[in-house]
Amino acid sequence: MPPTRFAYRRAPDQDRATPSHHPIVIVGAGPVGLSLAIDLAQRGQPVLLLDDAERIGEGSRAICFSKRTLEAWDRLGVAAPMLAKGVTWQRGRIFSGAHELFDFNLLPEGGHKMPAFINLQQFYAEAHLVARAGDVPGLDLRWANRVTAVTQDDAGVHVTIQTPDGPYALTATHLVACDGARSPIRAMLGADFVGETFEDLFLIADVKMQAPFPTERWFWFDPPFHPGRSALLHKQPDNVWRIDLQLDRTADPDLERDPDRVRARLTRMLGHGDFSFEWISLYRFQCRRMARFVHDRIIFAGDAAHQVSPFGARGANSGIEDAENLAWKLDAIHRGAPAAALLASYEAERIQAADDNIANSTAATDFIAPATDYEHMLRTTTLRLARHHGFAKRMVNGGRLSKPTAYASPLSTADADPWAGGPPPGAPLVDVPLRAPGGTPSFLTDAFRAAGCTFTLLRHGDGPTLDGIPTLTIGEAEWHDVDGLFAQRYDTSPGDAYLLRPDGYIACRLRAATIPPLRAALTRACGET
Amino acid sequence: MTLRTENNLPDPDTAYRLLVAAHRRLAPDLHASFDAALVLLLANHIGDPEILRQALAAAAASVEA
Repeated sequence: MPPTRFAYRRAPDQDRATPSHHPIVIVGAGPVGLSLAIDLAQRGQPVLLLDDAERIGEGSRAICFSKRTLEAWDRLGVAAPMLAKGVTWQRGRIFSGAHELFDFNLLPEGGHKMPAFINLQQFYAEAHLVARAGDVPGLDLRWANRVTAVTQDDAGVHVTIQTPDGPYALTATHLVACDGARSPIRAMLGADFVGETFEDLFLIADVKMQAPFPTERWFWFDPPFHPGRSALLHKQPDNVWRIDLQLDRTADPDLERDPDRVRARLTRMLGHGDFSFEWISLYRFQCRRMARFVHDRIIFAGDAAHQVSPFGARGANSGIEDAENLAWKLDAIHRGAPAAALLASYEAERIQAADDNIANSTAATDFIAPATDYEHMLRTTTLRLARHHGFAKRMVNGGRLSKPTAYASPLSTADADPWAGGPPPGAPLVDVPLRAPGGTPSFLTDAFRAAGCTFTLLRHGDGPTLDGIPTLTIGEAEWHDVDGLFAQRYDTSPGDAYLLRPDGYIACRLRAATIPPLRAALTRACGET
Repeated sequence: MTLRTENNLPDPDTAYRLLVAAHRRLAPDLHASFDAALVLLLANHIGDPEILRQALAAAAASVEA
């Protein structure tokens, strides 16, 4: 286990007579801030990352990290230790009453480098990210640095920071607030954060035990051990199991927190009392987002910008997606690309994703915790029909698990040719197995990383190239599509090409690609039109 | 024709959500008559008494289960 406590160190900025200037300051060293900082530093940008604590938060927070998150972390060089420690899973099972209704597989096809999901305690994920942050040149991570004031003007963002040695000030060209759902930066700006509040009370218990359950996500509606309510069971590393129980809306949180009471509930569920508690908490939740994520030079990402219910693993994963969307754009801006267009595209794309996540998690919450007698009857009826009819199984909603949103984006160029498959413009790259030029079994995600995670021309066979960006050629002498899965998953023939953005999303695709439309698509994707 | 009971909707969650949202706008005593109106409209749209008979039988089985 990498360290989880970190010493405050006095920085040279604190001894200067006038505030130092930093191009990019990130506030909050959680998974989102750390991922963004590492991505920017890997792209060559100096980054200052501030965190108000001296340690990684304990307790029961995010546990499910998605394929898309793992693909981003692979680019950042941290996926391997996460995969080694995490519990890989792709199957879920839904129960109603005493019956199993159905099971589902989140990644039924092979040929992907990353699994559908891993479960990993958030503190492990953060510890690996912090370790990586320490290895990347240009990343300055300062613990026990609490931002107490921010203002901005044409010259930049003026930041006041409190430390154990007292306050100091600095300026930044851009400040990214990754400071969580209760974001102090958001409060300092007086920005809104509105949405739907749910009254239902849920109990989370992480318990340590030896258990024979498979590494699947099990969800119960109205189980015999917890009548009338829902329950969730999910495995984490170290023989720790996440149990999530819906409680009565009118339950008293202080009473329900009592470990003896929780133990009685879990003993009914598990059929034995042979477990110990790692964590107990009670929560209610909200689905909401900021009206705007970009406030001039101050940009919001992760829980600071949007919040969802936990059913669907859409909190931390959407924050990592924010980070990968923003990193290449901030890098480009600090190399002279147009700031207004690229930041507007960050806001437009990630608001679409936030709305998608909020809609999905709200729908799941409405099914899991029906708000009215009518909705409860509708759900009971759906669950009854689902015992015999496929259509109703598809309506049973125990959480729709996080998938990246395909953007309707100002950076995308719409298809001009007919396509019968493949990721459309605005969608993320789909992985396929390839054989590397040296003959090693590899993946498209590896090829993209080898090309530099920049704008990349991905072409099937010979074709044009674009000055200034790398070309990835799928062909026998290059990246060999041994299994034919590239041609299948991308619907390509020789001569076709995809233009990838630095975050691996599709900017444009062309049949029998030629230079002028590719050049125009690249200009648009850079925010230059 | 046989009653289709496999999924026939592009996005089942949206259909469910539309039902929930429509009912949230109603006074509590109107849910049953709203649903009755909906059933009659959809029965007419389907326009096939045999399908309606099969759907009625499946619905009866679900409440008797």
